[in-house]
This record gives sequence, C-alpha cells and structure tokens, in this order.
Amino acid sequence: MTMIRVENLKKSFGDLEVIKDMSTVVEEKEVICVIGPSGSGKSTFLRCLNRLEEITDGHVYIEGVDITDPKNNINKIRQDVGMVFQQFNLFPHKTVMQNIVLAPMKLKGMDKATAEKKANELLDKVGLREKAQAYPGELSGGQKQRVAIARALAMDPKIMLFDEPTSALDPEMVGDVLDVMKELAREGMTMVVVTHEMGFAAEMGDRVLFIDGGYIVEENVPKELFGNPQHERTKAFLSKVL
Amino acid sequence: METWINALPYLLEGLQITLYIFFIAIIIGFLIGLLMALLRLSPFKILNWIAKIFVDAIRGTPFIVQLFFIYFGLNSLEFISMDNTTAGIVTVAINAGAYFSEIIRAGIQSIDKGQTEAARSLGLNSTQNMRHIILPQAFRRMLPTFTNQAIISLKDTSLLSVIGVADLTQEGRIQASATFQAFEIYLLLGIIYFIVIYLLSMLASFVERKFVLR
Repeated sequence: MTMIRVENLKKSFGDLEVIKDMSTVVEEKEVICVIGPSGSGKSTFLRCLNRLEEITDGHVYIEGVDITDPKNNINKIRQDVGMVFQQFNLFPHKTVMQNIVLAPMKLKGMDKATAEKKANELLDKVGLREKAQAYPGELSGGQKQRVAIARALAMDPKIMLFDEPTSALDPEMVGDVLDVMKELAREGMTMVVVTHEMGFAAEMGDRVLFIDGGYIVEENVPKELFGNPQHERTKAFLSKVL
Repeated sequence: METWINALPYLLEGLQITLYIFFIAIIIGFLIGLLMALLRLSPFKILNWIAKIFVDAIRGTPFIVQLFFIYFGLNSLEFISMDNTTAGIVTVAINAGAYFSEIIRAGIQSIDKGQTEAARSLGLNSTQNMRHIILPQAFRRMLPTFTNQAIISLKDTSLLSVIGVADLTQEGRIQASATFQAFEIYLLLGIIYFIVIYLLSMLASFVERKFVLR
C-alpha cells in the first residue's frame, strides 16, 4: 500500500525556490532515508509531507488523500503522521507524561487512565519510564528526543517523519536515539528520516534519497547508492561525508 | 494621630471602592488585551488594523482625556448614560486593555516557533495550540510586565476622583478639606496606596515563583 505519494512538489520562500521538482513514493513499512548537503531542501521536503510548510505547487498524498486540497482536514491527517524535530520541541511547561497524553486526550478523546497507561508503555519502549514526572528542562538532549518520539507515537501514527533527529545531540546520546528508531523500523513503521547518520541510512534504509539543489538527484537501495552512485553530485557528496 | 484615627474609617471605605474598581477593570482589561492581541496576530489584515488603531489611540492620548471623553463625551450622547463609577471602570479597563494587548502580543511572539510546529504536527488546530501550548507559556513569561501594568492601573484609579468617584483619593480630599489637616491626611493616603501596591507586588512575585517557567 502506498503511504506517501509526492507529485511534482515545488516550494518557494518568496523568490527563493527551495524545492524545484520532486516526485517519489513511499510504500507501507518502508524506511526512507533522505541525505544531502545542507540547504539542499531536504528538511523542507520533509516538512511539506505534513504541510508544516505550505506547498507552492504539486501534490502530496497521504494514504491517498491529497493534503494540498484545502477541503481535506489537515489536522485530521496530521494525527496519522508523527513528526520528530531536530530541536525536540517538547512543551516545557508540561511534564513528560503531560507532553505525551495531551494529544491523545484532546484529539482522540482518550480518558486519562488509558492515555497514561499507553504513555507508560511508550516510555518503557524508549527506556524512560522513571522520567514520567520530570519536566523537559530536567532531561538531557538524548532523553528529550526519546520523549519526543514517544509523544509522536502516542497518536498511533501510520507514518513517522524524522527531521535530523540526532543533529542537536552530544555524540554519546546519538546511539540511544538511533536504537529507538531502529526498533521502530523493525516493528514495521513507515518512516522518512532526514539524517546525516550515513551508518543508520546504510543499515536501516530500504531506500535512500539523495537531494541536492531542489531535486531528488538519485534514489536507490543503500547498497547501490552508497556503493555505486550514478550521479557526479552524489559521488561528490559521498566522498565528503563517508 | 487623632486625625488619622478619625479619618481612617472614611479612607478605608474609599479604599474598598478603589479596589472594587481596580479588580473589575483589570479583569475586563485583561480580556480586552487578550482579544486585541489575538486580533493583532490574526492572519486577517482588517483585524490587525482594528487592534492597531485601538492600541495606538489609547497609548497616544492621556488617561484623563480618555476619562473625560467617556464620562462627559459619551454621556452627552442621547443613547448612553453611565454613572461615574461605571465610566471609571470602563476607562481604566480600556486603558489597561491597550497596554495588556501589547504585553500579551510580545509574550506570544516570544514563544519559540518550534512549539507551534510540534503542536500542529500532532494534529492540534490553531485554537488548541494557542490554548494548551502557547498561552500558558506566554502568560508565565509576561507575568512581571503584567504586574507593572496592573500597578500603574491601580494608581490611575486615583484620577477617577476628578469625576467625583468616591474612591480612596476622593475620600482623602474630603477629609483633608474637612479637617484642614492636609499634611497628615495626604501622608496617610500615600501610605495606604503604598501598602496596597506593596502587597500586590508581593502577591505577584509569589505567583511568579510558583509558576516559574522551567
């Protein structure tokens, strides 16, 4: 089943054309890793997938529903698309528990006991059960990011988007977050991951997209893309980062 | 001392009126401020303009002129009739509302954009985001500035004595002219205002400590 279909996506900020023309398809349970130089449009691409950026032209379909069509309720669609940010963006005035139960209670009408039970299960999964009553300010970066993942998972999303989830972390924290993501991938979550972690992309990616200059320059299984890149720009980029 | 003891019951009666006007005006003023801040930040140009004109008009004119306009000016119209206390409450509320709206707007804008993005990505709509994520954080951040404006508004209520509201200042004026003890009475008046404002600041810093942003 096709989870995400992107057709001739274009995105401009004023006169600046960040995404010139991108099309791709993400199937159910696929893990897609998006790599590319900074400023190439990969984060913007990801943010167009849940319309966090208004789409200038083209179409994005989530499970067949066109999110660029204003008649479709974007808030409803976003409930199925979890997102994890580089800067975590936890709600600092709420405890870890409150961060996680907020959306299920307000949007799905879940009662408190059920929501908290589920939150505890998710905290177990990310290894932070004992932090339920802590505030985000009391957590390390890696812990914050794992809470952010739990918060997104609390809505039972069908797709998870990760926007450079480990880029703001101290090196020793990266592993914990990647482990949680690997676990999710193994469970069959459909994931789109913008990342600089080439190791993760090579190990977990079903496909890797190389984005540069507003285009998807090349997409392939990691073995081929990393081992036998076809385009000069891909080769130049990989020679710098590998 | 005897002057003080004799005058005090009258002054405390005036104080009740002052506090009554202050609390009602500050609550209405807060609601006006919140509404104006939201209009100012709304995506609709016409609403931005309404809020901006309101705020600029109030900030650009003296309090006493606003008071006269509302009490004498509006009351001179056929279809409006307000007693002086009502006119006083309305003036203080509108005046405070204009300043509150700027405080609230700045507070909302000071919250990191990532908060809205996280909330919206979970599926919250813009109203839910404002209510559960942005405003609770913004209010904590704006509390000190908010207290300052509340204190200014409390002091502004003393100007209502000019239109004959029987507030603390007005009772002081009556006592001063009745006893011919202007020095003692106005000193006492100042002390009472000082104590009330001091208690108000203490209450505010207690609340601030309790709701400190983590």
